[in-house]
Amino acid sequence: MRLHSVLRTTTKLLMPPIMLFALYVQFHGDYGPGGGFQAGVIFAVAFILFTLIFGPVRARRVAPAWVTTPLCAAGVLLYAGVGLVTMALGGAYLDYDVLAHTPLHGQHLGILLVELGVGLTVWAVMVSIFLAFVGRDTGALADEADTDTDTGADTGAGDGHA
Amino acid sequence: MPAAAPGGRTDAAMEQIIDIVLLAFMVVVAIAMIRLRNLYAVVMLSGIYSLLSASMFVVLDAVDVAFTEAAVGAGIATVLMLGTLALTFREERPPKRRTPLLPLAVVVVTGAALVYGTLDMPHYGDPEAPIHQHVAPRYIADSPLEVGPPNMVTSVLASYRGYDTLGETTVIFTAGIAVLVLLSGVTRRRQRRRPARGDESREARR
Amino acid sequence: MLETVLGLYNYWIVIVLMMAGFYTVIVRGNLVKKVVGLNIFQTSVFLLYITMGTVEGGTAPIVDAGADLYTNPLPSVLILTAIVVGIATTALGLALTVRIRESYGTLEEDEIIEIEDRMDGEV
Repeated sequence: MRLHSVLRTTTKLLMPPIMLFALYVQFHGDYGPGGGFQAGVIFAVAFILFTLIFGPVRARRVAPAWVTTPLCAAGVLLYAGVGLVTMALGGAYLDYDVLAHTPLHGQHLGILLVELGVGLTVWAVMVSIFLAFVGRDTGALADEADTDTDTGADTGAGDGHA
Repeated sequence: MPAAAPGGRTDAAMEQIIDIVLLAFMVVVAIAMIRLRNLYAVVMLSGIYSLLSASMFVVLDAVDVAFTEAAVGAGIATVLMLGTLALTFREERPPKRRTPLLPLAVVVVTGAALVYGTLDMPHYGDPEAPIHQHVAPRYIADSPLEVGPPNMVTSVLASYRGYDTLGETTVIFTAGIAVLVLLSGVTRRRQRRRPARGDESREARR
Repeated sequence: MLETVLGLYNYWIVIVLMMAGFYTVIVRGNLVKKVVGLNIFQTSVFLLYITMGTVEGGTAPIVDAGADLYTNPLPSVLILTAIVVGIATTALGLALTVRIRESYGTLEEDEIIEIEDRMDGEV
């Protein structure tokens, strides 16, 4: 892909609008169609496009494993944490009414945080899954040659590399 | 679109026609997907299938679902399937001469039983259907007052059914971690000490 | 008669798609094809739910001054999350497929079973 200058330039042009659109979908989900699930997926699509054009090595520099893997958990923890905060403030688990001075504002804040958690997890999981598939490609290339020649019984038993 | 508009009748008829055509397309694409043996073509068709179902969701007034299906089904699922094909095979092996009569019979009988079951179901779009009598009216009438956001899907998703969504998010998290364990862990270990893998490592180092 | 056909058409197509997916899963030996079959099945279930939630003359469930009849938001919520969970589980299935191909060198069910049998015989 090193020589496709049209693809590379278009990707660079497209990435910011895609990410901006994802953020719009994330925070406008209360008013129109959208929300954390869609926003997370669209935000991940920007990274997937980047990986397709620039390769997994550069993509891992943009979204390293130490960022994406913890963020998978961070979203769920944020979601569950909002529930704990509402309990600490005297409400039921995930009852957002107590988060602000009026129930409606509390609900708004709660939904915003919870959707943010969903979006984080979905984004991180989608990017991690995709990069795992792509990274497998380069990582397993050396093994492929072995596996192709001997598909017999020993491949399953002990993986005949030894 | 207010239903009471003068063109309401033709609008409904138009919607019905679009509905029929889109669903017919989906059946055609699904059958093509089953019959083809070139897996690349199958994956491309599955992208089209997702796009058709997303259009179908728009026709059925479920815009949030359509949005998700378009992004997930036509986008990510296709790319992941292509990634899998790159790591495995592009062609399906031709079948060993064995006409699948028994499975076909099972499928036809099951389908016939299900069709028989639908005969008692409320018709498409019937406002008196049981599904519209319970819970949903409460969401539609009270969610703007109790929760706030104009998009009822968001209020139900994040507030009324917050537990549900927490569970779904956890499932996504778990699936993601499982994929990471399956695909990235072993490669890294293998690169460090080639022959070692799992329980074999002790024996191999002897 | 025509009214019945039109009223139940969506459900029947859902059943056809569902059976198409079911057939793929039980007949085809290729594991990738099985995953595709599961996806067809899954989408048919989504369509079933959304079809049930539709109200004739209704509009999308977003509060609008001009609208008084809304589609049922509940199926939308259930299916919206199900789609994203579906892609996560599909990815898991594909990851398993990749690992199976690396260990056995094939994705055809009968060949995998054959290799397993041979291994059992050696032990």
